[in-house]
Amino acid sequence: MSGPRYSAELVRRALASGAQILTGTTVTEFAEGGSVHLTSRSGIHEINTHAVLIASGARERPRSARLVPGDRPSGIFTTGQLQQWTYLKRLPVGSRAIVIGAEHVSFSAMLTLRHAGVRTIALTTELARHQSIAPFAIAARTLFHVPIWINTRLVGINGRSRVSEVVLEDIVSGKRRSESVDTVVFSGGWIPDNELSRRAGLEIDPGTLGPSTDIGGRTSVSSVYAAGNLLHPVETADVAALRGREVARELVGDLRSGKSNSARDRVALVTEAPLSWVWPNTVHPSQHVVSVLLRTSEFDSRRLVIAHQDGRVVGSSRTARVVPNRSLSISGSFIENIDLHGGPVKLSLEGGRAAPSSTPKSRAG
Amino acid sequence: MSGVNVDAPAYDVAIIGAGVVGCAIARQLARYELSVVVLERSSDVGNGTSKANTAILHTGFDCVPGSLESSLVKRGYELLGAYADEAGIAVERTGGLLVAWDEEQSEALPGLQEKASKNGYHQTRILSTEEVLNREVNLGQGVRGGLEVPGESIICPWSTVLAYAREAISVGVTFAFNTEVTGVVFNEDGQCLTTPLGNVRSSWLINAAGLFSGQVDGLCDHDDFKVTPRRGELIVFDKLSRGLISSIILPVPTSRTKGVLVAPTVYGNLLLGPTADDIDDPFATATTEQGIARLLDAGRKVLPRLLDEEVTALYAGLRAATDHQDYQIRSHPNQSYVCVGGIRSTGLTASMAIAEYVVALLVSDGLELIEGGPLPKVPNMSPLGEMQLRRYEDGDAIAVDAEYGSIICHCERVTRGEIRDACTGDLPARDIGALRRRTRAMNGRCQGFYCAAEVVSLLAELSAATPATLTGLTE
Repeated sequence: MSGPRYSAELVRRALASGAQILTGTTVTEFAEGGSVHLTSRSGIHEINTHAVLIASGARERPRSARLVPGDRPSGIFTTGQLQQWTYLKRLPVGSRAIVIGAEHVSFSAMLTLRHAGVRTIALTTELARHQSIAPFAIAARTLFHVPIWINTRLVGINGRSRVSEVVLEDIVSGKRRSESVDTVVFSGGWIPDNELSRRAGLEIDPGTLGPSTDIGGRTSVSSVYAAGNLLHPVETADVAALRGREVARELVGDLRSGKSNSARDRVALVTEAPLSWVWPNTVHPSQHVVSVLLRTSEFDSRRLVIAHQDGRVVGSSRTARVVPNRSLSISGSFIENIDLHGGPVKLSLEGGRAAPSSTPKSRAG
Repeated sequence: MSGVNVDAPAYDVAIIGAGVVGCAIARQLARYELSVVVLERSSDVGNGTSKANTAILHTGFDCVPGSLESSLVKRGYELLGAYADEAGIAVERTGGLLVAWDEEQSEALPGLQEKASKNGYHQTRILSTEEVLNREVNLGQGVRGGLEVPGESIICPWSTVLAYAREAISVGVTFAFNTEVTGVVFNEDGQCLTTPLGNVRSSWLINAAGLFSGQVDGLCDHDDFKVTPRRGELIVFDKLSRGLISSIILPVPTSRTKGVLVAPTVYGNLLLGPTADDIDDPFATATTEQGIARLLDAGRKVLPRLLDEEVTALYAGLRAATDHQDYQIRSHPNQSYVCVGGIRSTGLTASMAIAEYVVALLVSDGLELIEGGPLPKVPNMSPLGEMQLRRYEDGDAIAVDAEYGSIICHCERVTRGEIRDACTGDLPARDIGALRRRTRAMNGRCQGFYCAAEVVSLLAELSAATPATLTGLTE
């Protein structure tokens, strides 16, 4: 199913359930207690709610946030911007592009450029390998004749009114060279759109930079929930939607039961390098968590993730290949072994063999 | 834009340069019965050295005492402060705090206080380390006291230039863009200026060409000063960093280093910079790896938590530094020509005082000022400051015009109505940079990830420019 059809179906179901969807409406602020400030063509409104769920998503880091020096000409995009530019507004892109990044979304940028009639000279990554799946890389090379330049860092953009060239550095040799392009696309480098969350004082997870939540999307503030790629930048739309549905179920449960609904009474999950973040950020041993999402900042041949709490191994699980910028997950079964009154649970990569977990408790109830 | 009279009777006054100084002079002359033309080489007002500065409204406490700059900054501070209130230009009276980080700097504070007094500014106060840290709790380790300068403020530099120009236009001052003056011939009646439009004649000539003021002075057969562009690189941090400081954190200049500042902006960001490198090319506004690294090192020391925040923009501005300590304002009565050169980073603050001073020079050289015509109208600028009531939060404005309720740039909360306003009326935006400076659109943390396609489409539609031209793909 295509993205637009998938979302149209979700919209249809939301409307059928009685939800109101206010488009062209911006939440400018919300306060604890459920008051939400809105701006739209009909004016400024404040609505009161029993619960707020934030699903403000994630964006790609633009050139400035990546501290790429040089001139500031036109012709510099992120993938998201390029896609709106091309598919929604049909604006002209350029003729010769370079894509910064070599993860899933980078290949998507390449396809968008192709659709716009732009030649992509290469995808670049600072890492030693691309981070997508092999078929994408092979297709790029053989069908589209787009190479992937590994160990390559963008160190400058030149051009007066339009990009004229980029300066690239080979990380291994330190050698620099220029390539003429009129278009640069920054792909990936996701960061949650956490402005509202931060302004509302939600605790932010230092790994994901999204609000810290449990599997039910409960944040550090009572009656405020979060879901989607704001929490785990980024998963594919279907994963985000499924996780969102889980959060909605928990939210409804909390509202019906009227029980305490912030994530205060939880144990934190934390990661050890090269693992860079984990979600859920907090857990309760009674929560049933099918899978725990992880990211790594480096390639690693180890595939076994061990969960420790206060020096005790509480569980372990194997992941798929440990590749940066790619979704990783492990079974959440270790969570039932966590001591609610213990310290944070640390997830780390270990050698190939599964370590024995100490005295697994049987799941209560 | 009204057309320029070419090969026709002379304008009373021609001004070369539509930066903050040229526009302030045009505004000042607009209240008299004079025909005035402003000739600008680029495509917009305030598009050179005026657009990329630290946006500080200076008290002038650290000027060279007794200099022309000192007196004009002091006077300009008062004039612009009052004008900003009248025109709705964002100003925040944040105050400034010079922070000493070692003994040498600490020992320099009394001298700076004395210098401030010589500049007629008596409100400074030396603070203990404890007082500094009570005021600014997020400063890094190693503070050794400070000097408070309560009057230092921040201002919206873009609206300032635009307000001056719009006020001048309201009584018929002509602005010509993409009009570089490449030759000046002096004759009995004044000057004949060579431009791409043809010859423009004037009775009086004012050189307010900023980075090019030395060149224009050369066209007028003078060799009084040389402009060396001084590049200042700056880093703009995300709005979520704004709460880290309350006032402008200034460095204590010593014999060895001038240091960098951390300043809030009226748009709600923090600014770190500037570097200071003398260069040759007046177009070289690229940032550099070394410059950024230097700024981050300095920022890490002054405000360690700043480095955890996202960077919203990197830019470099060029200041018109000269081989002289002071502004280079000179009249040449026999040529009916006034050179307003070497206006450095204080020029934004001093602009209205410079205009007063220049008009006084013209009068003493024989220009006759006749009052009695229609008075220029102080424009009502679009509120770009975070402390102002922005359109998106102005229920009354939205009730009258629903376009102010339609937020199009989410990071900066810019509405469709503001984009429309910027593209219509006097001095409409005709390119992306001009639109950014009039609205803040696309200046936020996502740099157009969400809104650029829509904003650029709208600009193309309203300005009748093609998207390819707007994005530099075609001329």
